[in-house]
Amino acid sequence: MGWNLFKKVPPYFKEKSGNERCAITSKERSQKRRLNLSDLLANLAVPILAIFTALVVASFAILLSGANPLQAYAALAAGAFGNLDSWIETILKTTPLIIAGLGVALAFRGGLFNIGVEGQIFVGSIATVLVGTKLQAPAIIHLPLTLLAGTLAGAVWAAIPGYLKAKYGAHEVITTIMTNYIATRIITWSIGARGPLRKVTSVVPETNSLFETARLPNLIADTRLNIGFFIALLLAVVVYILLFRTVLGIEIRTVGMNLNAARYCGIRVDRNIILTMALSGGLAGMAGAVQVMGLPPYNFTAGFNVGYGFDSIAVAVLGSINPIGVVFSSFLFGAMDTGARLMQLRAKVPVEIITILQGLILMFVSANQIIRSLYHIRVQEKEDKVNLSQGWGGGKG
Amino acid sequence: MDLNLFTGLFTLAIIKAAPLVFGALCGLLGERSGVINIGIEGMMLIGAFMSFLGSALFNKWTGGLLPPNVALLVGLLVGVVSSVIIAALHAVLSIHYKIDQVISGTVINLLAVGITNYVANVYIDPTHLSGVGVFPKLPIPILSKIPFIGQVLFSHQPMIYLMLVLVIFLQYAVFHTPWGLRMRSVGEHPRAADTVGINVNRTRYINVILGGVMAGLGGAIMVLESVGRFQKLMTSGRGFIALAALIFGRWTSVGAFGSALLFGFSEALGVRLQFGDLNHIYALVVVSGLAVLGVGFFWLVRKLIAKESFKKSYLSIGIVLLLGCSILVGANLVKFPTISIPIEFLGLLPYILTIFVLTGFVRKATGPAAVGQPYEKQ
Repeated sequence: MGWNLFKKVPPYFKEKSGNERCAITSKERSQKRRLNLSDLLANLAVPILAIFTALVVASFAILLSGANPLQAYAALAAGAFGNLDSWIETILKTTPLIIAGLGVALAFRGGLFNIGVEGQIFVGSIATVLVGTKLQAPAIIHLPLTLLAGTLAGAVWAAIPGYLKAKYGAHEVITTIMTNYIATRIITWSIGARGPLRKVTSVVPETNSLFETARLPNLIADTRLNIGFFIALLLAVVVYILLFRTVLGIEIRTVGMNLNAARYCGIRVDRNIILTMALSGGLAGMAGAVQVMGLPPYNFTAGFNVGYGFDSIAVAVLGSINPIGVVFSSFLFGAMDTGARLMQLRAKVPVEIITILQGLILMFVSANQIIRSLYHIRVQEKEDKVNLSQGWGGGKG
Repeated sequence: MDLNLFTGLFTLAIIKAAPLVFGALCGLLGERSGVINIGIEGMMLIGAFMSFLGSALFNKWTGGLLPPNVALLVGLLVGVVSSVIIAALHAVLSIHYKIDQVISGTVINLLAVGITNYVANVYIDPTHLSGVGVFPKLPIPILSKIPFIGQVLFSHQPMIYLMLVLVIFLQYAVFHTPWGLRMRSVGEHPRAADTVGINVNRTRYINVILGGVMAGLGGAIMVLESVGRFQKLMTSGRGFIALAALIFGRWTSVGAFGSALLFGFSEALGVRLQFGDLNHIYALVVVSGLAVLGVGFFWLVRKLIAKESFKKSYLSIGIVLLLGCSILVGANLVKFPTISIPIEFLGLLPYILTIFVLTGFVRKATGPAAVGQPYEKQ
């Protein structure tokens, strides 16, 4: 592909001010200058207050079901952090959210709205299962190969909508939703009664378990905790460096901010869009792979991994599409998802309240004007807003 | 060729297309005024849910004394009003708070899924709330006696007629009235519209809310005219397919209707193949024949409308039409082997069609210029 990740900034980014062809360097410089402590605090305050407001609004829904909201939230917290097992479960829930959320955030930075993460996770999981059950090799080869298979499958599955967008201007929101349905249907068939991947001896739709050589090693013996969480944290750093410290990152973000300017700068926008989608889908696929390789019984069953795709969108927006922010927001969502079960058990509040809560959080975080006027906070407008509506239907942007 | 088969297929296609048409009209009103609506899916889901809840509760509270049609009408009203409330939220978020319209739509979808699943779990499932049924069929007296068309177009439940009327009315209103002209100017060039005294944001508010009415109708029709009760996540992507239909229909009401029919047809075909005794290969050949014919007609009509001298393309249009006919005739002469395709793959038809439509056909069509951009008065 000819990307030279760490080469010097190419000449078209070096144009001095006065020449407005590419304002990105001066913009970045001014952003750095402005970053002081009080702004940072104010920036943190908005999402926290948004979560608080969402909790308050959702408590009306909890009241509707006849439960006490405070009790419900207490059960939620206990379910997420009550003991070592719940901590481990929270971390396990957080792991795929971080990886998939990074994928969504990366696409957002490139001006692409990848709703197809759900399907890409599925495709990645199935590819993982294929390599993990059909291939036999020593662990040192088998394990990375299995992980790679899931990643590549997700990348290819996501590159299709990317290609359709770049070549034909088909909006990725619709095409990725369609690829979601297609992936779900095909995979349901493949593990269904007459599917090729169905475990023969099983009565429920599931595949065979991975060979031992393809499983992620455990961190603490006799628990479910595996090294997946560290893979996720490492990926967050990698994506951060990719986006903010490499030429490719600048190009991705330039396309996200202004398509025409990017084209004018000499960036090959079409190739960039496909690559961004592939990277995003690759992360999603890896999220699926880590799930399959990390959690007993190390296979793919119906209903496995459902919902991570959509949660990861909320996670990415909540983390203000910043890789480090994604880690924290994933942790929040992972904790909520984990705690929800105890909440349902103790306070009799259905787990679906979490979806409402997540919708509300997404709303208050993105419409932060509401929060700012509610609590009288002054924050400087962020300048690096990506425009997700560009190239809507038909036009190439 | 079995005419009954086709009458049945096309009738089912219209019924299956109806929610998509309403959804597409919702998108049309929003996007013509410059507001993208990804949340059609959520609005339809809320509409479906509330129309069920409204009709069932009304029936329960009145003790079933009033005829079921009254309860159904009440349900329709409740469904539309709730969808309008959700649409108003979308309007406030994207017009007043100027958050990215795609994100705002995602919020709507998340909230709709959460709310409907939650209330279904808290209230409908434990109480075993049962539906009131569906609107009865109302064949139109004389028109329904016309052989093929009467069956396909004029012997339906009432909301289908409402859909047909709305499609024609909106086509006229959007393109031939001052109201429509203002709406379109807001979608194309808000600053210019503002300069001549059109209130941009008010126009957008009105349109998004009217769109909410349409989406509510689209959700309600799935409950009140087909299954009679609410199932969780019952819209299953129809809101998004509706958006694709809108884009394929080049942001016109009649065009959206036509493309929604295409999706409806593929869905109807899937249903027919799944439950019928139809030979799968035969059906696919017949459908491709129909598709070729359709392309021929579409081409012909466009040439006629454009009033170009179509002498050059005369021959090729003729060949295409002839090809379509010969495929249809040929399909009935050949005997096809029986191979059954797994149900999951048949269900893929609408989704694959959507992707093809978005890539292959709309390359030159572009939407309203200012779509997706919040308007800031200077």
